[in-house]
Formats: sequence, structure tokens, C-alpha cells
Amino acid sequence: METSIKPKIIVGLGSCGIAAGAAKTYDKLLALSQSGKYDFELAKTSCIGMCYKEPLVEVQDKAGSVIYGDMTDDKVIAVIEEHFATDKIVAGMAVHSSYSEASEDAYFNGQVKIALRNCGYIDPESIEEAENREAYKAIRHILKSEMKQMDVIQTILDSGLRGRGGGGFPTGMKWKFAFQNENKQKYIICNADEGDPGAFMDRSLLEGDPHAVLEGMIIGGYAISASTGIIYCRAEYPLAIKRLNIAIKQAFDKGYLGQNVMGKENFSFDIYVKEGAGAFVCGEETALIASIEGQRGMPRKRPPFPAVSGLWKKPTNINNVETWGNVPWIINHGAPAYAAYGTTKSKGTKVFALTGKIKHGGLVEVPMGITINDIIYKLGGGIQNDKKFKAVQLGGPSGGCIPAELGHTIVDYDSVNATGAIMGSGGMVVMDETTCMIDLAKFFLHFTQDESCGKCTFCRIGTKRMLEILERITEGKGEPADMEKLETLADQIKNNSLCGLGQTAPNPVLTTLKYFRHEYEAHIFHKKCPAKVCKPLLTYTIDAEKCTGCTVCGKKCPSSAIEGGRKTTHSIHQDKCIKCGECFTVCKFDAVLVE
Amino acid sequence: MRIHRIPSEKVKQEQPSVDLSPLAHLFEKYRNKSGSLIPLLQGTQHLYGFIPAPAFDLISKETGIETADIYGVATFYAQFRLNPVGKVIIKVCHGTACHVQNANAITDAVQDELEVKDGETTPDGLFTLESVACLGCCSLAPVLMIGDNSYGKLTGKSAVKVVRDIKETMKNEN
Ligand SMILES: Cc1cc2nc3c(=O)[nH]c(=O)nc-3n(C[C@H](O)[C@H](O)[C@H](O)COP(=O)(O)O)c2cc1C
Ligand code: SF4
Ligand code: SF4
Ligand code: SF4
Ligand code: FES
Ligand code: FES
Repeated sequence: METSIKPKIIVGLGSCGIAAGAAKTYDKLLALSQSGKYDFELAKTSCIGMCYKEPLVEVQDKAGSVIYGDMTDDKVIAVIEEHFATDKIVAGMAVHSSYSEASEDAYFNGQVKIALRNCGYIDPESIEEAENREAYKAIRHILKSEMKQMDVIQTILDSGLRGRGGGGFPTGMKWKFAFQNENKQKYIICNADEGDPGAFMDRSLLEGDPHAVLEGMIIGGYAISASTGIIYCRAEYPLAIKRLNIAIKQAFDKGYLGQNVMGKENFSFDIYVKEGAGAFVCGEETALIASIEGQRGMPRKRPPFPAVSGLWKKPTNINNVETWGNVPWIINHGAPAYAAYGTTKSKGTKVFALTGKIKHGGLVEVPMGITINDIIYKLGGGIQNDKKFKAVQLGGPSGGCIPAELGHTIVDYDSVNATGAIMGSGGMVVMDETTCMIDLAKFFLHFTQDESCGKCTFCRIGTKRMLEILERITEGKGEPADMEKLETLADQIKNNSLCGLGQTAPNPVLTTLKYFRHEYEAHIFHKKCPAKVCKPLLTYTIDAEKCTGCTVCGKKCPSSAIEGGRKTTHSIHQDKCIKCGECFTVCKFDAVLVE
Repeated sequence: MRIHRIPSEKVKQEQPSVDLSPLAHLFEKYRNKSGSLIPLLQGTQHLYGFIPAPAFDLISKETGIETADIYGVATFYAQFRLNPVGKVIIKVCHGTACHVQNANAITDAVQDELEVKDGETTPDGLFTLESVACLGCCSLAPVLMIGDNSYGKLTGKSAVKVVRDIKETMKNEN
């Protein structure tokens, strides 16, 4: 962050910031700058990953930089005016600063930003700002020094970079296969279909630093001799698509894309964005290719792998957004610098979307090898309302849960796999004692069941049968044989499904069965939901000591199950109660008890 | 399974008659480009808010792709709608983060308020209620989105208030 004489105010305008009201904050600041009261430059950036403090506003002046959090439109002007008037950090509002301690330093300091190196630091719609922070330096170096294709690939191999889309396949190896194919026409694809419901790493990177992804793809194109790159982006990310298209145009105008990239003969490269249409399974590479070709996105059998026969039957190299984003950094800083982070088999950093019952929800990039506890307590600040940490779900619907007892597990591909979960693409959903693990497994299975393309019998029907069993259990109609049935079905689905969707769909059920079997037993044998989530299993009663006879609950009860007059103790007729929970919600005196 | 996206006879609505001539420029744009069926359907939906039944035959005639194949693609992807939608679409997030923060209560409350089920449109054609996966502001969970505005940290009650406020503004506009 360079400091100019004229102060600069930067507003974080990623999807997340906008959702938190950052656009209104920006408008307020725009009005302030137009009023001429203070002389400052107003700029935009994207997400810096600190969702829980959005909207974020950074002030850069001669002292350095300070980021203020929770800058909604009603607060921002007062804080900025005080900052300018006193020339000091406004007490209590700063979340991070280059020249002073601030409240959220722990969140920043535990991170290593490689893929997200520019997110929150540049205006993503300005190629010059990106260039000031190393964008297109790597491809310039490769082309000017006439680096051999195999040397580029070797650098990626040496860095130990593995695919960040979930599979974890060594990226350099994949490139090598595509390179070795002698077909004249080859393709590069960037998988930006990010389907895990509760993950937004790729979106933030695309919105915050689109040039990093473009440059990665250009380098990949050079390495394998491809001439076209396609970014398959989910349609639900309009801002990412818009910024990608702006970035592509800028890169084209500057000669980083198009005929003879940067004047290099024999290397031309174009990139365009293809919008998805809403199908989780299209994140799977062969389905994604079918979708680009305009068909239903159904996976097909591999081999042949895309490196041999991909888009339009030509050799194709697919990588995930974050994978591409790492590539230029590795070229610029060298394979050893990247491999210095991480564990023996998992190198570098990984971005996680930290959500759920966590105090500091947001986007974090951490070195591989960090423990789950460190992510949750050191970066994440612990559990909301200081409740008890119960488990964390990694890998979304394809992954599984890791219980609090295994919080010491380190984040790398092998250690996470050993627990039965998967690293996945980076969704990390934290759960506390109020989350019912069976309800959660049901949620994920519902998702995969709905998203199954229907090609394989076990994935199509098997998941449906599993879902029915889970529904029964959560309705209090579970049977003793259910757990075994679930395990049998899970096994069959895993072994008889064509693609990753089916093969991993049972994981959430299997891991909850493994670590939270007692919860299944409570539901099935005792008809109780320990987390008090599954409504049909709850019993509502009124505590005579606490009830003031205010009659509110009686008026709200949809099935007239509550008896009692004004100022007399109320009671619930269990046979009439439909367990809607309304009385519990409305009672102001905590007199309604749930069990 | 994705077959669920085919609307049953019961929920099929009367379709307004539409003028298909604006599609001509789409056909021009994508003529002889391979793999352009999905962009064509997206363009159509952009124009009408849904894909009108007669558009299938026209697209088939213009592209030479079988109507059945076009229908197959349109029903495969969640984005495509085969029925008209309400003026205002209320998207309740049911991503993982919102689910663990009790998004069901939001949908329940809005369902009661509008007297429609998830995925349906109110009889007056004003509101469509939809469930969507992650809107990308998980730390504000549970979230709903109306137009370009997101509303976060909701409870059933505050969600109903949001909907009532919108109803009120729409009434005043008329
Ligand atoms: C059902 C399913 C969904 C997937 N979704 C995604 C996704 O959203 N994004 C992604 O990058 N990879 C996804 N993948 C993995 C891709 O098939 C592929 O392995 C990946 O894009 C390769 O890139 P990488 O090596 O850089 O990870 C998915 C796989 C399956 C089976
Ligand atoms: S496993 Fe499921 S999603 Fe994958 S191809 Fe088979 S039916 Fe389709
Ligand atoms: S709302 Fe609570 S205090 Fe009032 S009558 Fe019902 S149980 Fe008693
Ligand atoms: S849970 Fe619902 S049905 Fe039962 S007593 Fe309370 S308000 Fe009435
Ligand atoms: S701060 Fe940007 S994703 Fe939340
Ligand atoms: S899960 Fe609802 S916004 Fe992400």
C-alpha cells in the first residue's frame, strides 16, 4: 500500500460488502467528496475476506493505512470526519491498521495470502492497479526469457500445487499430460462453477482479482500450447462475470490476450466467459464440458480424460479458479517459495470460506498444515455466543463432518481424508450444540439427491431411499434397523456411481454415523432430538412457576392446544399440540419449555 | 433428481401470448455457432422472464435442434423457468450457512404470509417465492434477496416485515 499525499478512501464492494450495504456507504462518501469539505480520493476495491465486519472502509494517508469495520451508511461519515479532524485512528472502530494495533489483528496475522494476494488491495476493474501488484509479470517473464514449456510445467510440478477444486490432483502432472498430446487444437478451462452451497472462495477471487485468474490461464495456455481459454462461471455470480469481462477486455487491449501474446510469435490466446445455468453436477469436469457444448450437463465415463478428449473432443486442461490464481505467484516467486508452506504432500495455502456458528465468518487463506482448532479459535474467534463447538463440515455435500474432539486435525489432503471428510473446495461450516447432525446430513443429502443428474441408478434412487430414511428418523419414525440400512445403501451408492457426485453423496451421512451415532440412537430409540431441532420429536410444556398468564401463547397457538385464562397458569394439551414451536417463540417470560 | 424440474400438469399455468419477434436478433447472434443452445435459452428467458412454450418450436426451427432436446436442456438446468413468474421474486437462501442458522423458519414465515408454497407464485401475479443456494453473504445468514437487495440476520418475523414493506410500496406505486 503506497501512501500518497492526498488521502485515499477505499470502500470494499464485493458481493458480500454490497449485501451488507457497502453501496450506500460508497454513495455517502461520494457525496462527502463532492461537497469539497475534505480533499481525498475515493476508490473501490473488492472483498478482503472479513465478512463479519462488512462494510469495510480503508483510509490511507501519510500515517499509513487503517481499515474501519461496520461502516454502514449511518456511521461512516462521523468516523471519517473524526479521522480527518483529529488525524488519528478513531478509537474502537479500526479493525486493522499498518501503524497501530487494532481489534482484528489476529484474523489478519494468521493468514498467508497467495491466491488472494490482491483481493481487497486493488480496484478489480483497473488493470493498472493490478499491474502495480505484479499482475502479468509472470507471463512477461516467461515470454521474454523464452522459458521452455516443459520448464514452466516443471516449476508447477516442483511447487507441489494440487487442484483446489476438490480433487487435489497435482496440477503440473495434469498439464504434462495435456502438453504431451500432439493435437493442434487444445483448450484451457477455468472451472468457476463453485457449487458447494456455503462456499464463496472462487467468487471472491474472481470479483477481487480477475487478472490473477486470467494470467494463470494464459500461462497454462502457453505451457500446453492451447489457443483458447473458457471460464465456466455460475450464472448466480453476476458481479464476477461482469468484472471478468472487463478484465478480459483490458488484457486484450494491453496485448496480454489475442493474436501473438505480448508480441510472441506462435502464441495466441483468447479467453471468454461461458455462463452456467444452475446445475451443481456441471462442476464435474465432463459434465461441464457437455454443458459448454450446449447439452444437458451429464457426466460421462473416464477415461478418456479431458487431457486426451475434452471439449469438442480435443485435449483440454481444466483447473479450478483458485488453482489458476496460484500459478502466476509460483512463477514469480519460484517453486521453493510456494513449497515452503504446507506439509509433505500438501503444499502452499488453501482458501476457506468460514461460516456457520462462528464469530468471525469470512474468507481466510491459511498455510496447509494449520490445525482446525487454530482456524476456528485463532482466526475465527471461536463460537458465536460462546456456545460449545460441536463439529465442522468440510467439503460441503461431498464432504463430511469432523467432530470437536478431532479439532487438532491438520488441514492437508491426507489428514482430512483420514477422518472421512474431504478437503473439498474450501467450504468450512462450523456447528455448535444447537445443530442437529442428522438434520444436517439430511440437508446435504437432500441437496445431492436433488442435483443428481439421474444417469446412475444408485445415485438417482439410492440417495432418495437414504433421504427417506433420514426423514423418517427426524420425524420420530426411525426403526432399529435404519442405521444399518443407511450404511448398506451408502456403500452401494459409493461403489456404483459414475461420477464424484454419487461417489461422495453418502459422506455426510457416513461421517455423522461415525462420530455422532449417539444422536441417531437418541432419535431412533428415545424419539428425542438432543439439539432440539427436529420439531416432531420435541415436547412443549409450560412452567407454572414462570407463566404470568399473559395469554399471548394461547392466541398464537394454531391448533388451540393451550388452555388458561388471563392471569392464570396456562397449560398445553399434548394430544392437540402440533409442535409448531410458536408458543416457545412468543413467550416473553421463558415459561415455555422444550425437551 | 433433475427430472423434478418438469412441472406437473397441476401447476402448469395459463401462459400469456407472447410476441416472439424479438428473438430474431438472438438467432442472428448465435447462428452457426456451436454450443449456443444454452445462451439462446438464457437470452429468451432474459426477454420474457421465462421460456414461453412456442419459443421451443421456433428455436428448433431456427437451429435444427430437435424440440425434445431443447426441452431436455431447459428442464435440466435450474435457471430455466417454463412458467411466468411474479413481478417480485423473493429468494430465500437455503445454503449451508443459512440452513444452520434456521433458514427454514424464514421460508415457513414467508409461505404463511403470502399463502403460497415454495416455488409458487401468488394468484395476483405479484410474488414468486423461491429457495436458492448460497447468495454469497453467509456471514449475514439467514438471508433473503428481493431484486438486488439482500436482507440479512433475519428471523421469521423480520422476514415477514420485509415482505409487508414491499407489498406496501407496491400498493403505493399503483
Ligand atoms: C459433483 C462435482 C462437482 C464439482 N464441482 C466443482 C466446482 O464447483 N468447482 C471446481 O473447481 N471443481 C469442481 N469439481 C471438480 C472438477 O471435476 C475438477 O476436478 C476440477 O475442476 C479440476 O480442477 P483442479 O485440479 O484445479 O481442482 C466437481 C466435481 C464433482 C464430481
Ligand atoms: S453419480 Fe449421480 S450425478 Fe454422477 S453421473 Fe451418476 S447419476 Fe449423474
Ligand atoms: S406466553 Fe408465556 S407467560 Fe404468557 S401465558 Fe403463555 S406461557 Fe404463560
Ligand atoms: S407448539 Fe404450537 S401447537 Fe403446540 S402448544 Fe405450542 S403453539 Fe400450540
Ligand atoms: S468480506 Fe468478502 S466474502 Fe465476505
Ligand atoms: S448460505 Fe446463505 S448466503 Fe451463503
